[in-house]
Amino acid sequence: MSVIGNTALRFDDEQAMLLDYARSFCADKGLAEARLHLESEQAHDVSLWQEIVAMGWTGIGLPESAGGAGLGIGAAVPVLESMGRVLMGTPLMSSLLAVQLLVRADATAAAAILQSIAAGEVATVAQLEASGWASSEVTAQLDENGRVQGHKRMVMDAAQARWLVVTLDHEQAALAVIDTQSLAADAIRPRQLIDLTHRAADVLLEDVEPALVITGDGVPGALRDYTLLGALLVAAESTGAAAAALDTIIDYLKTRKQFDKLIGSYQALKHPAVDILNNVDSSRSFIYHAATLVGDGVLGRDQEIACRMAKAQATETLKFAGDRAVQFHGGMGFSWECDAQLFIRRAQWAQQQFGDAQHHRKYLADLLLNS
Amino acid sequence: MNAAVKELEEFRREVSAWLEANKPGDPGFLLPQSFMEVGTEQQVDFLREWQHKVWNAGYLGMAWPKQYGGQGVDAAYQSIADQEMRRHGVPICFNVIGLGWAGPLINDIGTDEEKSRYLKGILSAEDIWCQGFSEPDHGSDLGNARTRASRDGDSWVINGTKIWTTLGNYAKYMILLARTNPEAERKYDGLSFFLAPMDAEGIETRPIRKLTGEYGFTETFFTDARIPADCLMGAEGQGWKIAMQTLQYERGAEAGAAGGLAFVRIVIDDLVEQLRDVPRGDAGVLDDPVMRDELVRLIMEEKAIALGDRRSGISALTSDYPLSLPLSNKLRWTEYTRRMRQFAINAQGADGALYVGDDRAPAGGFWQRAYLNSFSATIGGGTSQIQANIIAEHVLGLPK
Repeated sequence: MSVIGNTALRFDDEQAMLLDYARSFCADKGLAEARLHLESEQAHDVSLWQEIVAMGWTGIGLPESAGGAGLGIGAAVPVLESMGRVLMGTPLMSSLLAVQLLVRADATAAAAILQSIAAGEVATVAQLEASGWASSEVTAQLDENGRVQGHKRMVMDAAQARWLVVTLDHEQAALAVIDTQSLAADAIRPRQLIDLTHRAADVLLEDVEPALVITGDGVPGALRDYTLLGALLVAAESTGAAAAALDTIIDYLKTRKQFDKLIGSYQALKHPAVDILNNVDSSRSFIYHAATLVGDGVLGRDQEIACRMAKAQATETLKFAGDRAVQFHGGMGFSWECDAQLFIRRAQWAQQQFGDAQHHRKYLADLLLNS
Repeated sequence: MNAAVKELEEFRREVSAWLEANKPGDPGFLLPQSFMEVGTEQQVDFLREWQHKVWNAGYLGMAWPKQYGGQGVDAAYQSIADQEMRRHGVPICFNVIGLGWAGPLINDIGTDEEKSRYLKGILSAEDIWCQGFSEPDHGSDLGNARTRASRDGDSWVINGTKIWTTLGNYAKYMILLARTNPEAERKYDGLSFFLAPMDAEGIETRPIRKLTGEYGFTETFFTDARIPADCLMGAEGQGWKIAMQTLQYERGAEAGAAGGLAFVRIVIDDLVEQLRDVPRGDAGVLDDPVMRDELVRLIMEEKAIALGDRRSGISALTSDYPLSLPLSNKLRWTEYTRRMRQFAINAQGADGALYVGDDRAPAGGFWQRAYLNSFSATIGGGTSQIQANIIAEHVLGLPK
């Protein structure tokens, strides 16, 4: 069997319409929208979130049986790619991933919470405890009174969330859903992220009464699928961001003159721009390949390979595109005003989420090279 | 399954069975991996016999007219035959300039006389063809070709030099781009296209020894070489247009090419298989974490190109830069190939330093020779650097 394996890539008219719609919605907001909130508590306007909920995007990936739109989670790829283009920092990704984790762990038990998420209550997964995604260390647990004790790091959008889906060290693995309204006032501690268009916080859980506990055989598999889908959605967002970084570079190369010449005529700038283009092309191919493969069922080998490749490619592409965007803008690139800084900051954040490229390539090597 | 599809599937089984039964065994010498690497009489004899056999069986030129040696059937049959040839890993059909450039052109715009004179010999491999486009001073800049063709009575008199003439010393005919009007306002309008006999007096070929130590190209000198007036293809001044038309046949049988494999595709699976038994330290090279990481990068690169081919057919997913994938393909594939082959040598350990001719050379020096030859693709047909300029200007819209 070829190591290249599955190369399916399909995109139907319905998906094309969603992409078209999402792109024009996001383009209307523009990077200006993200810029307004760089130093605010929230990365976006409340009204923007309301629009997103009204469009039904919070129901993507939620099966019809659970009150969703019946669009598979693959439909989140064109939406997040489009949001990535304008670095739109809403909690949509957090909510979509929390839904995936709950649906895959026990959709029936979580039915009421799932419906509230689809209706716009923000949810996020509180997973990380160790220094990175290479470790699956979990110490948070249920005490003998059924209360959650633990400390979670870098929880995306925690300050805005109504629901925290907390991973627990309990039997083989378990989840507790916590209503943030039941948390102590200082339980959520915002961190200063390098990416000013996203928000994350540490969460201290002391004697917290969970709204729901999910145990059983479904949880470990659900957690694994959640991390793979997380990698894919970050990859989708990063691909959009990298494409926008390329646009920013090209605009500048076509307008800026030095020594009486447009700087875009210099090969030293042209050729790396082509490298970025080729890398963005690869990223897009990988994310839409993965979007083609992932469905409601348990993710298999092909899906795992697709999600990991998408992440390994897309965040490296964004790092490169952001890095060159700053450099190619010269002195302007060093300034706060220049958009290049937004991309390079987003890149540093994105590479860490759900494991960096090296992490995924390590797993890919096991999947592809072990005979 | 409708009748046509069923018939094609039956045909696929038929070709497959024929190839299974007729695939040549190991000839005892390394066969060329592409038509640009044919360097010895031994190789030419072997490949001529193979192509003749494929044609005789009816699996070459299938969509070309029957009266000129083809089968007169739909190109879909040839595409299937080509796929099966690739799948079975049979040798190349090496008369590529004839099969993929000159032949389809003659088929499309040639006179009946030209068709009967040339087409059958192209398919049967009796008449080898070569191409005279590049010149020593005009490699990437074809439009500036200087080789001169002047009309003198019933002849054209050719003066100049062509270079990188693949199969130049074995060819009977050349497709030749020469300047008939040096005064033309646009340099392109001064060029004309010829089907030139290589045995004309005044044409000399000097084999060029490649970096591999083998031969595969010639430098071709024209000194008052006289070729008959009817060697002109199309009208005078149409040379550039006709030369550009030949490029479209690269898309294969569906676009008019005769078919057959022009090169042996070397893919990442070949590399991974080759490395299965290669030791490194106390374990295998495939157990080494750093080497594994490098290999995964290469696998991803090849997979990205394959996925790009899929995506390029979906307009909703190529709207940013619609020409990006097709125009970048040559750059990406050839650069990837070069690095992949280099890595193969890298991974072989001490024996990686051995070359063709050494009895310890891994796989007979296959990867070493393949790596050195890979530059023919990163340089030929426009260097990677020129490709990057083309993409920057035509896809990204950057200024010249």
